[in-house]
Formats: sequence, structure tokens, C-alpha cells
Amino acid sequence: MSQWKKAWRLLPLLAVMMLVLTGCGQDPFLSALTPRGPVAEQQFYLIKLSIYIMMGVFAVVMVIYVYVLVRFRHRPGQTGIPEQIEGSHKLEIIWTTIPLILLTILAIPTVKITFDLAEKFPTDDALQVKVIAHQFWWEYEYPDLGISAAQDLYIPTGEKVQFQLTSEDVIHSFWAPALGGKTDTNPGMVNAMWLQADDPGVYKGKCAELCGDSHTLMDFKIVAMDRPEFDAWVEKMKEPHVSSSDVAEGEQIFADSCISCHAIDATQGLDIPDFAPNLRNFGDRVVLANYFNMDDETIAEWIKNPEKMKPGNLMPGFADELDDQQLASLVDYLNTLSVK
Amino acid sequence: MYLLAGGFFFLLGGLEALLIRIQLMYPDLDIFVGGTFNQLLTMHGTTMIFFAAMPIIFALLNAIVPLQIGARDVAFPFINALGLWLFFLGGVILNASWFLGAGAPEAGWTAYAPLSTPAFSHMGVDFYVLGLQVAGIGTWLGGINFLVTIINMRAPGLTFMRLPMFTWTAFVTSALVLFAFPAITVNLILLMFDRLFGGAFFNADMGGNVVIWQHLFWIFGHPEVYILILPAFGIVSDVISTFSKKRLFGHSAMVFATVLIGFLGFMVWAHHMFTVGMGPIANSLFALATMLIAVPTGIKIFNWLFTMWGGQVRINTASLWSIGFIPTFLIGGMTGVMLGVAPADFQYQDTYFVIAHFHYTIVGGMVFGLFSGMYYWWPKMFGKMLNEKLGKWNFWTFFIGFNLTFFPQHFLGLMGMPRRVFTFLPNAGLEMGNFVSTIGAFGMTLSILIFLLNIVITNRSEQTVPADPWDGRTLEWTIPSPAPEYNFAQTPLVRGLDALWVEKMEGNGQISYAEPLGRIHMPSPSVLPFLMAIGLTFAAFGFIYHTWFVAATGLIFTFVLMSIRSVKDDPGYYIEVEDIDEGVKV
Repeated sequence: MSQWKKAWRLLPLLAVMMLVLTGCGQDPFLSALTPRGPVAEQQFYLIKLSIYIMMGVFAVVMVIYVYVLVRFRHRPGQTGIPEQIEGSHKLEIIWTTIPLILLTILAIPTVKITFDLAEKFPTDDALQVKVIAHQFWWEYEYPDLGISAAQDLYIPTGEKVQFQLTSEDVIHSFWAPALGGKTDTNPGMVNAMWLQADDPGVYKGKCAELCGDSHTLMDFKIVAMDRPEFDAWVEKMKEPHVSSSDVAEGEQIFADSCISCHAIDATQGLDIPDFAPNLRNFGDRVVLANYFNMDDETIAEWIKNPEKMKPGNLMPGFADELDDQQLASLVDYLNTLSVK
Repeated sequence: MYLLAGGFFFLLGGLEALLIRIQLMYPDLDIFVGGTFNQLLTMHGTTMIFFAAMPIIFALLNAIVPLQIGARDVAFPFINALGLWLFFLGGVILNASWFLGAGAPEAGWTAYAPLSTPAFSHMGVDFYVLGLQVAGIGTWLGGINFLVTIINMRAPGLTFMRLPMFTWTAFVTSALVLFAFPAITVNLILLMFDRLFGGAFFNADMGGNVVIWQHLFWIFGHPEVYILILPAFGIVSDVISTFSKKRLFGHSAMVFATVLIGFLGFMVWAHHMFTVGMGPIANSLFALATMLIAVPTGIKIFNWLFTMWGGQVRINTASLWSIGFIPTFLIGGMTGVMLGVAPADFQYQDTYFVIAHFHYTIVGGMVFGLFSGMYYWWPKMFGKMLNEKLGKWNFWTFFIGFNLTFFPQHFLGLMGMPRRVFTFLPNAGLEMGNFVSTIGAFGMTLSILIFLLNIVITNRSEQTVPADPWDGRTLEWTIPSPAPEYNFAQTPLVRGLDALWVEKMEGNGQISYAEPLGRIHMPSPSVLPFLMAIGLTFAAFGFIYHTWFVAATGLIFTFVLMSIRSVKDDPGYYIEVEDIDEGVKV
């Protein structure tokens, strides 16, 4: 059985090695093990450092453990009484000092990186983004650019973006693992953090603090694009939406039913938290309502009965007020709310 | 009683866990979603911590601590009974929420404000607030009782440094209960004011502060972790020592490590809150304090290994659980240090990595320890030995199931799976880990069923067990199995660490006594503790339903009973010498 056990102990160790070193099977835009920016990289460095130290400790303990279990097992017919050893000061000192040394090795970069990540750099250097969390959606304000957006967060690549995070209702937590660790959004308080995306891409983010019935569905996306593209995006966001006459019916329905909650002007109402997501660039959304497929059928389904898809959200259902044809026109109109 | 009630709640909490794992077996399942899932996870956590882990520990403390210190009973049997009923009825109040009101609480076992305030949750949380207060009083009374018992009722010669490790850990755990539970009580009262009387402690719009809840919760919550794990350390120490046929290596180092862990346990609460925004100074300090705890814990691991070193290690179910404890708890402890690295914790916090970590400490640590203690002391508690064959099945299915369940969760967390989510999307590398984890949960379920079967079979078997079936070292093995109601016919005289072993080595074969055989004074049974607890339960339901009349009646009822208890003399009764079994020869 001891042979058996030996194999058992080695299995998790091997699994650690395999998974950490190869990073197999994971989503590179979601996983904390595939860092895509300096914040996540520094955190990944600490994760690796601590895992290596811990694996060393684990190996030492397991060698002693297996040796003891094999060598000092009671054997049939064995009699006599083992020596009753009281202890050993020398050994106690050894296994107090060595862990202290290992912890110091871990503690120094820990403290250094803790302060590095909390660094507040000059505000005129960095793009400022205010993140306001709601049950169950995300609002972003760019105070220096004069625009606000919802759900998908657009940032430029290769530069630090400074975030100020708060919440309108309960505590949420803003987490895009591939770019960096999370920071809580507390109602009545403002937290600061910074992130940087090295490459363009759509990074996946999640709410990490239990925030109610639809906590699971409170994802978000960070769309990172090169600076010129980002600037172009900002300019377009500032322009008012011009609708075409093709979707006039949908526009009318929107004006009657939706606009009292949803703004379609990204420059409107800055400094005041929105009541519902701004839809200026709705047509560009990566997913619908942070989680669902972005297709006409699902959008219509959502408008009819949002409570069913996302329990506890505030949007009323329009199943009784709009017939299928009206829904189709409304969806057509919504799809034109784009800045691309 | 504690064991029965704790076991019942353990099965309940386990069932909730299994349902959670079933929902997460495949991506995009919709068996338990939204609020229902949140109710399950809240009740699983709350039940397991407060109503399964705590009472089962208290059961062992109750059964074994008096025996290890040569006492006839705990210091305050009345308070003991009161504590039991308060805990049990607290659990009943909490679980009544499934059937009354709007469903079980759904704000997580941590009940973070403002999600737990009335603006964002239904009345299930009222059951949580009141149930935990009632149960908390019971637990706190229990803690005081054990402290007094261990300080005052040790047999002659049993100095503190001669106490067996289990009693030492019981002592430190009780001290932690004494200081930690007031924090959660204060917190629950603040929340109760917010919920029932329109308070605004946690309402940011009215000048409240939501982070206060987290501080007070973890000032309780972190010591609570050590309340749970320390007795398991004690069990493992005693079991490994007995089955290695050696005294515990570095007994005094172990004692100081235990005290140090208990002390540091109060210094690290904010490592649960690195992402809350406390700033780099607080985060660094709490990170360093957290890492420090690894040192006394490491001392313990090495002392266990060196207790076995040079011994004759007997493998049976009781010792298997303790031997299995070492690597699993080690993993839990190591991931604990990893979590203490504040910037890395920004990635771990609130993910499945944390779930994996604390299940490795609480299940891989505490539950393994409790099973070890259960198999070890079962003959002393019930006079029968649990079946060894089923016991081995019990261990191996649990050991394999446990590792299958929780080991993959480390990676799920790092790969971007937050905790407390009811589903996950396909094609993000999360399917495999979740599937394996659910299979493991079934393995653990099978193991628990085997354990139940073992209890039934053992209970039916006709066997008698000698006083000292394991070649034990401490005082509990000097009296018959099961222990008689007066425990010790004569108070023993202790002449060293491992009192019984000392006598065995000197060839005495039995413990010496500190007093001649005489009649034994016993407390009378009383219905008052039960009625007092009923009074408080009534009051709790009164508060939950805002019927102040009922609440006041319940409270007054309890106060009247307390007065009766204060003025009425309880003469107790005596067990005469003829009715006492002579001490047993070992």
C-alpha cells in the first residue's frame, strides 16, 4: 500500500507541473495563467514564485513522510517499545528558521509589488475610467473624454489605464484575469486600480463578488485597440446617432418605450450614474446583456422577457406591449446603434 | 446529543453541496439557478460551519476533555445543556427558512452588506440573523464552560504542560470562541437593526459604511477557522502518538505553536479583504502576518512526522485518517500562504482557488481529524469498535473523492471561474475540472453512506470493548468503555505527560488514585435549559415576523426561567459506593 501511496502523492505534483507550465486547455483571454499585461504578469510572477516554493516544501515533507511510513511501520511480530524521545531543540530551530527564510524570499517581492500595483501616477498621463457597477451591468465614464459607455469597456493598448471603481447598489468586484486581479466596487466609496493591455483583443471580465440572483451573468468584455483606432472610436462615440429612414418604425417604438431609461447619446449625463445601460454603441456589443448571444432572435427574446433570462434585473418585459413585427423593427433599429 | 444533531446538519449541508456540484457538472445546466442556487450555497456554508463542524467538535470536546483531565464532568453541566439546546434550536430557526417566509437566506454564508440588507434581500436573511444569534449564545457558553473545566478541574498532578494535545487545543479553541463570537454577535445585531428597525449602519446613502460588516465578520471569521482546525490538530497529535507507540515529539513546542496560532489568528482577518481597497500599507502588513502563521503550522507538521520517526506505526482506520490528514492539510496550508501574497490574491480572491483552499483546510484538515477522532474514541464513547473493513472503505473513498473534488478547483479558479456562480460557459477550459469535481463529490457521498452503514452495523453488533483497546497513553483509557456517567470512580493522580503510559512503563498496570473511593455527587437532570432555549426561539420568531408581543413574551419567559434557576437550590444526588464499578486493570 505504501507504493500505492507514493504514486498518489506524486500525481497532484505532476498535475501542477503540467498545467502550470503548459497552460493547457485554458482560454487565453480569460485565464490568470496567461497574463496579457504588466499587472497580470507581476501577479503571475508571484503566483509562480509561491507555487515553486510550496512545491519544494511539499517535496521535502513528502520524502520524509513516505520514508517514515515505509521504514517505521509496525511489522508483524515486532515487539519492544520504541525510544520515547522528548523532542529536539536543534530540529525545532531548524524547522522554524528555514520556513522563515523561505517566507522572507516570498515576502520581499510581495510587499514591493503590493506598492507597485497601488501606485497612483499623475492623472494627466493616464486615461481615466470611472467604473460604476450596477445589479447586473457595468457603466464606464471617461471623464476626460466626455463620453460614457456600458457593458463593453474600450481601452487603448500599451498604456496604463487608471480606474476609479464604485457601485450604485451592492458590492461587486471588477475582474479581468488575463489583464490583472480584481478590485471591489463598494457603494459610497471609490477604489483605484490600473491595468494595461499589451495587445489588441477582447478580454473577458467577470463580477467576482456575489451580488444577487444574476451574479453569475454579470460578465463584461474589455476591448483593447491600438491608440489611433481608440481615438477614432472616441470621436464616433461623441457624435450623436443619426438614424436612417429604413428603421423609422423601430426608432419610434424606441422613443415611446425605451428612451425613458436608456440613453443613446454617449455625451449625456456624465457625472450622474445612469439608470440603465447607455445604448449608443449597442450594435457593437460583443455579447447581449453581458452574457447572451448577440443575434436578432435573442435580442427580441430579451426585450420580451428579460426577467426570465436574467433574474432580478430592473428592465420590465415588453411581451404584452409589442407584437412580433414591432419587436423585429425595434431590433433592426437597435442594430443600427453602432459606431463602427 | 451534539453528535447526533451535528451529524444531522452535516448530512443536510452535504446534500446541499451535492446539489451545487450537480448543477455545475456540465456547462449551461439550469437545474438550480439564480436565487435558488444562492440559497443552496448560503445554506451549505452556514450549515456546515455553524451547525455541523462546531457541534461535532463540541461533541468530542464534551466526551473526551473531561476524560483526559480526570474530571467527572464539565464544570457547568447546566450551561452545557443550555448551550446544546440553543445551538440546536438556532439551527432549526435557520432551516425553517426553507419552509417559511420567502425561502432560505441567499446572501452567502458571509452575508456581506449591503446584499444582506432589506433593500437587496428577502426575509430569508432574517432567519440567518436570528438563528445565528441564538446558536451563537449557545456556542459562546460552551466555550466558557470548557475553559473553566480545563482550568479548574484537572486531576492532581496534571499541570498544563502535562495536558494531552487534544485538551490543549480544546483549551485554545475555547479561548478563541470566547473572544471571536462577540464580534459576530455585534455584527449580527447591527444587521438586525438595519433589517428590523430601519437602521442604516450599512446603508451608504444614509452615511453608513458597508466595509464595517466585512471587518467585524472576519474578526470573527478568521479565528473561527482556527476554532475548527485546532481540535483536529489535537486529535491528530494524540492519534499519531498512540499509534506510533511514542510520546509526541516536541510536546512543548506543539503547545507553544498552538497558542501562537491562536494568537496570530486574531491578527490576520483582513487577508480576506485584500481587494476591498484598504491600500498597500494595510495589505502588506496583513500579508506578512498571514505568512507568519505558516511557521507554527510547519512546526506542527514536522513534529508529527518526527513522532512517527523511529516509532512502530500501526495502520488502522483511526490512524489512516490522521496520516491522510498530513498531506491534504499541508496542501491547504500551502495554498493559504499563497493566498497571503496580497497582489497574487487579487487573482485568487473570490474564485474557485479559494474554494479549493478552504476545503483542503476544513475538509482535508478538520473533517479528516474528526473522522480520526471518531474512530479512535468511538469505543470510549459508545462501548463498541467501528468496523475496520468498512472504515478502510470509508477512508479511501473519501480520500479519493475529496481530492478529485477539490484539487481541480485550484485550476478552475486560476483559469477564471469565480466562486458562487451557478453555471459557466463552454469552451473556456472549465468543463473537465468541473466534471471531475462533481464525480469526486459523488465519491464523498458514497463514503459518508459507508460511514452511516458502519455506525448501524456497529450499533447492532454484540461486542464488548476493553478499557484500553489501542494501547493508549492518556487518562481516558483508564476507565471502562463506554465511560460510566461519573467517568472516574476515583480521581486519578497524574505523574507525568501521558499519565497512563507512565504507569505502564513502571509496570503498575493501572493508574494511581488521588482519593479513596467515596460516594459521587451528581447534578440533577433539569428541563430548564431546554425551556430557556425554547423561550429564545420564540423571541427569535417574534422578531422575524415583527410581532413584538411574541418577541417580548419569549424574552420574559427566558428571564423568568433564569431567575428560577438563580434562586432555586439544586442539591443534586449521590451515587453510593456500592454502585460504583471498581477501577479497571489495564
